[in-house]
Amino acid sequence: MFELLQYEFIRNAILAVLLASIACGIIGVYVVVKRIVFISGGIAHASFGGVGLGYFLGVNPIWGIIPFSILSALVMGLVSKRSRIPEDTAIGILWALGVSLGIVFIGLSPGYAPDLFSYLFGNILTVTSVDLIIMLILDLVIIMVVFLFYKEFLALSFDDEFATVVGVPTVKLYFLLLCLIALTIVVLMKVVGIIMIIALLTIPAAISKQYTSNLKKMIFISILLSAIFGLGGLWLSYQLNLASGATIVIVSGIGFILSWFGKQGRILQV
Amino acid sequence: MNQENKNNKNQEKITQEVINLQNVWLVYNNINVLEDINLAIYQHEFLGIIGPNGGGKTTLLKVILGLIQPTKGEVNILGMNPKEGRKYIGYVPQYCLFDREFPISVWEVVLTGRLGQRKCGKAYSKEDKQKAEQALDMVGMIESKGKQIGKLSGGQQQRVFIARALVTEPKILLLDEPLASIDTPLQAEFYELLERLKEKMAIVLVTHDLSAVSIYVNKIACLNRRLFYHQSKEIRVEDLEATYHCPVDLIAHGIPHRVLRKH
Repeated sequence: MFELLQYEFIRNAILAVLLASIACGIIGVYVVVKRIVFISGGIAHASFGGVGLGYFLGVNPIWGIIPFSILSALVMGLVSKRSRIPEDTAIGILWALGVSLGIVFIGLSPGYAPDLFSYLFGNILTVTSVDLIIMLILDLVIIMVVFLFYKEFLALSFDDEFATVVGVPTVKLYFLLLCLIALTIVVLMKVVGIIMIIALLTIPAAISKQYTSNLKKMIFISILLSAIFGLGGLWLSYQLNLASGATIVIVSGIGFILSWFGKQGRILQV
Repeated sequence: MNQENKNNKNQEKITQEVINLQNVWLVYNNINVLEDINLAIYQHEFLGIIGPNGGGKTTLLKVILGLIQPTKGEVNILGMNPKEGRKYIGYVPQYCLFDREFPISVWEVVLTGRLGQRKCGKAYSKEDKQKAEQALDMVGMIESKGKQIGKLSGGQQQRVFIARALVTEPKILLLDEPLASIDTPLQAEFYELLERLKEKMAIVLVTHDLSAVSIYVNKIACLNRRLFYHQSKEIRVEDLEATYHCPVDLIAHGIPHRVLRKH
């Protein structure tokens, strides 16, 4: 097994899984406890517009994805907080609108979009050193912001209205959180792809929520679980010659089902 | 006698007005949620607001807190607009609204009450922790500070939420249906806690439960879109019937618990 490590693409893939675990371990916890899973799904899909924009402009798609995902996060936040459009309706509209923009951009771009599928379904074996550096920087931004505003994000997630009354700038912080979700999506995109990102944002956090009542511990457990599922899925996909992104998601899903039955079983016995 | 009257009047003048609503209307999708609300609440007062579910009680509290902008009218908190004045308000929201599994401890919940006292992103100070400890002690929940909030009983959770509202040392305490989660035998204890707090602040308690309004309340108002309020502790049958839109029978037990005028 260790002889695999001599290949650069395998080393990059392992590093990518570890960097992705940090982002989705931290932000996934907020997505789950604040119950904004579908806003996150909407931001993820809408950022496909950024992939198309990247191809259209002829640059590395990541330079299209970063601004586009942040923009869709902000639009999502604005529509859900400031307009009378129901939140789920807004999500549905922006979700599909972003994807369609991406398709139109790609259609307008000259030539062939070579690794389009790796953005949709993930292809961890194509992660480059540039991708890794960008992932590392985004991880550091996420860690710093969450470290700084840990208490505020906790208050916001637990009781947004009360936090507003005591003077916490909850709307600004909520937008900041949505931007962090956008950055997490950028980090996860190459690992599992836009379509399956939502799995890595929810499964590790949902499992860890069953085992602790402390948000900090929950974050550490979900980072650990994401890394285990990611590396396990990567290894399995290599052994069985399966798509890496999908295998990682399936391994995570099985992990969730097992932990859920473990907990349920205990409840049934009592 | 005359002298005493004079003293009383003087005292009333000194008593500060903490909340003032003038001609407040709230119209939402062409439906009147609140109609022409006029309300003045003074320091050390304990006002009970009763009314049917959907009568606008929670909405009225949110208007006072500046969470909802009234369509028309003026809201004044200690002479300030609600967004500035609400830092002097301790708010105890309707309790049923949170996820029982949420990973947060009693201690963390109470500390969030202090978040507005500092710049965003700064750590809790020694003073914050002291205030949180005092507040938990006051409501008798200091021993549970390490527990997850969802693991407590309804009444205990309510006490923690009161502690969270008290850590800013508010001048006004707003409670939204606080008794919904407290068993009847424990309600007297709860009112005694409020009785102690009344020394330091004005209290507004909102409930749909007529029987909950007890001897401890100084004044009672009825709300069903319109507010019926006579700066007194008596409820008039006409007001109740106007509030509930149906004939209401008043039953009063003995003198000690008499809330209702003889009828």
